[in-house]
Amino acid sequence: MSLLTVTNLEKTYVSPEGSQSRIINVPHFEIDAGAQIALRGSSGTGKTTFLNLIAGILQADRGSISLAGEEITALSESERDRLRAHYIGYIFQTFNLLAGYTALENVMLGMMFGTGIDTDFAQHLLERVGLGDRMQYRPSQLSVGQQQRVAVARAIANRPRLVLADEPTGNLDYHHANEAVTLIREICYENNAAVLIVSHDPEVLGRFKEAKDFTQVNRV
Amino acid sequence: MKKRIGLFFIVQRSLRQHALSTLITTLSIALGTGLVIAVIAIRAQSVSAFTGGPIGFDAVLGARGSPLQLVLNTVFHLETSPGNIPWTMYQAVKNDPRVELAIPYALGDNYYGFRIVGTATELFTEFEYRKGVRFRTQADGRFFDPNRQEAVVGSYAAQKLGLTAGDRFNPYHGLVFDESMRHDEEYIVVGVLEPTNSPSDRVIWIPIEGIYRLDGHVLRGSGEEYVAQPGQEIPDAHKEVSAVMLKFRNPQIGFMMDAMINKQGKVATLAWPIGAVMAGLFDKIGWINQILALVSYLVVLVAAGSILASIYNSINERRREFAILRSLGARRKTVFTVIVLEAASIAALGVIIGFIVYGAIFTSASAIVRAQTGIVLDLLKFHPVFLVAPVCVILLGMAAGVVPAFKAYQTDVSTNLAPIS
Repeated sequence: MSLLTVTNLEKTYVSPEGSQSRIINVPHFEIDAGAQIALRGSSGTGKTTFLNLIAGILQADRGSISLAGEEITALSESERDRLRAHYIGYIFQTFNLLAGYTALENVMLGMMFGTGIDTDFAQHLLERVGLGDRMQYRPSQLSVGQQQRVAVARAIANRPRLVLADEPTGNLDYHHANEAVTLIREICYENNAAVLIVSHDPEVLGRFKEAKDFTQVNRV
Repeated sequence: MKKRIGLFFIVQRSLRQHALSTLITTLSIALGTGLVIAVIAIRAQSVSAFTGGPIGFDAVLGARGSPLQLVLNTVFHLETSPGNIPWTMYQAVKNDPRVELAIPYALGDNYYGFRIVGTATELFTEFEYRKGVRFRTQADGRFFDPNRQEAVVGSYAAQKLGLTAGDRFNPYHGLVFDESMRHDEEYIVVGVLEPTNSPSDRVIWIPIEGIYRLDGHVLRGSGEEYVAQPGQEIPDAHKEVSAVMLKFRNPQIGFMMDAMINKQGKVATLAWPIGAVMAGLFDKIGWINQILALVSYLVVLVAAGSILASIYNSINERRREFAILRSLGARRKTVFTVIVLEAASIAALGVIIGFIVYGAIFTSASAIVRAQTGIVLDLLKFHPVFLVAPVCVILLGMAAGVVPAFKAYQTDVSTNLAPIS
């Protein structure tokens, strides 16, 4: 059963010089509930823009994005925010943890705008990612690999239906990258969340049964 | 365990993260708030105390001159005396059936700067400085015998001078202490008054006859100079008083006496009503208070400006933080609200500390007022400014947060989430 269906999606950017440049043109793309899909693509091909469109952070110029039965392109910005808070988890290349918050607080923030804060679940997630003894640590007190694990826990904190991961291993070494991908896949599986990961790292892509070339998805 | 943590969770973390600027802006708000509350509350209490406080008299009769000088000199024991009036005038008003109480004051001496006032025993036996309340001496004391060299000391004066019942002292001539002006006569303290929180607390009371008999004092009640001789009675004609403190049987008497003494007479002044005379003083110096209030309002405004500046300047470095919050599902208005709440929280913290500033200013000012006048101002006496100022300052703080909040509101999520290279 399809969780996400993208149809005829288009997004055009206007450069500072005024020229228009179409960056997204996706005729069709879909993800089933609980599926784990990787998109392969080099820098500047619009992968992040595509994820931001799905997350409702950006508004499409044309086309349709249907997530869990809701048509994202028809929603107002605040409705897209609400949808994101409830249905989507986001993992970034640079983790994007908030420096002034502890690991536990960062995970709790992931719940704050959606399902509401559940401290027990936040603690459970941190234990699950192996940071049970680091809950009160600030990001600056954690290693890079540990920071990414906090980011993974935060992405799953609001029990999303879909987790978007944008180059999640870009800042990690080989060992930690493998560890992070495994963790993302396992934790999403355990929580019944689909995963859409974009990366240009062959090692990461090789871990997914379903890995698509983004240029095949995005026909610009 | 599921719980909702409000936006204050984010606000509190943000304030903690920017602790230094939070502290500085909070203190500036505290200073402004404390100043505003102190200026308004101190003025209100001062006006109340000086125009309708524990005075107990309706009017003061004294030499022809300024009613204000007369009131300041006799009621508040400040200023110099405008001159004396004959004893016969005192007797006339004392025997006037319209006058409920007439108490003579004679002054011109001090003990280490605290005024010595000669008076009659009615001050202790009949006068009520507050409705139903008369002077009382502390446990081991009594009021003076009018025929002896005895003194009753106000509580503040006794405390400052270290005088207790049984102590002896020599008065000094003049209202200002001069060591070379010591009188030879020795007085014994027979009682220390219970505190009244009025100007009387700063006074040393002795029998009026004692003032006449201090060495070097010359009486001119008859127009001719007369020096009292030991063992000889002083003829009433030679006696004079600095003022007569009056209480009328009803308020209408004041109008009649005012017309008779001030408008038709030429030899004396009736300062009546005392509260109105003092209110006139506050009207004349009201501009000082306006300047003080203006300065304190400006301090609050500058402090609000510092909230605006400090938060506004931090917005650029926090754009990524807002973008992350947005990516987690926070709405634009949530980010806007966080910033406004942050500004309001700084203002609220400032208000709380502002009450400590108010306490410090009030306590200092109160000590000065008490030392100068004997009047005690009450730190905890409620004034509407205690409620109005905090509300206004917090609203002002929120208003100061609107501009940076709008800047945060405009944060573009996708741009600010991009990896920093």
